[in-house]
Amino acid sequence: MSHGRGERTISVQGLSRVEGEGSLRVEVHDGRVEDVALEIFEPPRYFEALLRGRRHSEAPEITARICGICPVAYQMSACAALEDAAGVEVGPSIRALRRLLYCGEWIQSHSLHVYLLHAPDFFGYHDAVELAEHDRGAVERGLKLKRTGNLLMETVGGRAVHPVNVRLGGFYRAPSYEAVAALTEPLSRAREAALATVVWVSGFDFPDLEGDYRFVALHDPGAYAIEGGSTILSSDGLDVSPARFEELVDEEHVMRSTALQARLRGRGHYLTGPLARYALNGAQLPAIAREAASAAGLRAVCANPFRSIVVRSVELVAACDEALRLVAEYEPPRPPAIEVGATASVGVGVTEAPRGLLLQRYEVGDDGLISRARIVPPTSQNQLSIEDDLRRTASAALAEPDAELTARCEQAIRNHDPCISCAAHFLDVTVERR
Amino acid sequence: MSVRPTLAVWKFASCDGCQLSLLDCEDELLALAGAVQISHFPEMSSASVDGPYDLSLVEGSITTAADLARIHQVRAKSRRLVTIGACATAGGIQALRNYAVDDYPPVVYAHPEYVDSLETSTPIAAHVAVDYELQGCPIDRRQLLEVLAAELAGRRPVIAGHSVCIECKQRSTVCVLVARGTPCLGPVTRAGCGALCPSVDRGCFGCFGPADTHNTGSLSGRLLELGATRADTERFFRTFYAGAVAFEAAAESLGREEER
Repeated sequence: MSHGRGERTISVQGLSRVEGEGSLRVEVHDGRVEDVALEIFEPPRYFEALLRGRRHSEAPEITARICGICPVAYQMSACAALEDAAGVEVGPSIRALRRLLYCGEWIQSHSLHVYLLHAPDFFGYHDAVELAEHDRGAVERGLKLKRTGNLLMETVGGRAVHPVNVRLGGFYRAPSYEAVAALTEPLSRAREAALATVVWVSGFDFPDLEGDYRFVALHDPGAYAIEGGSTILSSDGLDVSPARFEELVDEEHVMRSTALQARLRGRGHYLTGPLARYALNGAQLPAIAREAASAAGLRAVCANPFRSIVVRSVELVAACDEALRLVAEYEPPRPPAIEVGATASVGVGVTEAPRGLLLQRYEVGDDGLISRARIVPPTSQNQLSIEDDLRRTASAALAEPDAELTARCEQAIRNHDPCISCAAHFLDVTVERR
Repeated sequence: MSVRPTLAVWKFASCDGCQLSLLDCEDELLALAGAVQISHFPEMSSASVDGPYDLSLVEGSITTAADLARIHQVRAKSRRLVTIGACATAGGIQALRNYAVDDYPPVVYAHPEYVDSLETSTPIAAHVAVDYELQGCPIDRRQLLEVLAAELAGRRPVIAGHSVCIECKQRSTVCVLVARGTPCLGPVTRAGCGALCPSVDRGCFGCFGPADTHNTGSLSGRLLELGATRADTERFFRTFYAGAVAFEAAAESLGREEER
């Protein structure tokens, strides 16, 4: 226990309140942070391998099983990639219904993270149940928001976890006008709850700490990009098509992780997710979300990862507001899907999962079977930026005793809502001093 | 001290969707947290109390040597152990590796030697005694609440073992297989989802696993008559419940006939 000599190892063997199994390690020598690692030991499930030889039409169903928290993101990226391969594009009414379903996933996933996984950190509670003992109203508001997200996914997708109504080219059946119109009232209440969420989280205490991020996000000239876009933008000037972006993402396999770590060729590592989307596409947020952001004290760019909870809450407002607009304008697409042919081809699809950009690439043979698949989930892209955060956070908190330092480091990881199940999930904590 | 029963939730190789179903019980979550002591649930809480536990819910399949050792530890400290979902009860979609003709790790990883991975993905019951198996990919949250209520009351859960066909009749969905010739695994698949797929004009793809009684051979024959290829029909059985005995046998039988 030589705390005074500045030799410490902070190690969390099973991270909690994240999706999946990972651990963190921070090594301190001579009062300086020498090494940090977010280690991912989620057992590999080999999706890229098991997709080979499957029909191209099975990809949305199979890739959904990568993640129970964001299955729609997997379904939508798979559809985008295989429609790109077939050279077809869905019309505006199918696109609008996809965006509505995706808004449901954003509402469900963001409210899960804000209320159940992230907020307890700001009060020093272990979980939302303890939080509810002190502020039951807040937790109930979060659970209602989450329920509305699930209701939206059930109405459009048939089921909240692993929706059944999504297919290449669109949907098996368009929900009835009446079923969609019935979402208006719960979504209006959810939008109020989301606005209250922004006010609630903006009053939390945030460490004064900013990251030096290279932000990367999908961009759509017509809207805050979620279910699709034309280009991928970065804060240092990248502006490329999804296909070109796919070529530029290099992934490295390191010993400590069953997730691959991504870098942009010639540029380096980068961050995707709410902070990146807000920085690059924030001007496209609906007015009600921009006003909420401004009232919460956010500027055009937010580089304080601890404040990501505010940005995520602003996106909750945006997703509820967008969903309301889409519900008001809903016309059932006829037919509900277009044909997506299968000939020898290659396609790339990119969409914005709640926790960041999600890319898939497929090679399809003349027999309609997938011959090669590549899946780049948000957390493998964010992993190196999260480690940077861990270094900065630990350096700034070195004066703290182990328990506080450990808690701060865990929070540095939760800030980015990592989905370790996606990346290849699990947090518990031991602290070693040397 | 509290006399509430203790609950632990464990994750092995899986997508988190089944334990998310517990968090998806939005209306019941706080009441549940009052009825049981949630002692170990890393996805929800950073607090963890050492076992033994009255009830363990286990999600995920066994795919690594470390997890194989861990499931024995979990069993040893659990009075009752219930597995939830296709991964835990049949090996999950990742059990497709059990039938692969070539090695998976090099397709995904540059350094397969860094990865601790078994050649197969197997259900929990292949390794330790399991008290109840709840099926589904993902499980249905109402069924999960029924299992929890039954476990707390010390009774058997009331979960139907009949096929999806019954649920289609109950909700007056016209049979997609008979009326339209759409390939459907509903006749051999366990009910529980509410017959979701036929209700959106598509065939069931078997995500609740085999029903208690099933005639897969007869269904395969009908699918082939409708024009499906043997390879397509084999793949149909080899998806989310590839490792379930009945679906595995149906796929193998189709594969053998294909070779002939």
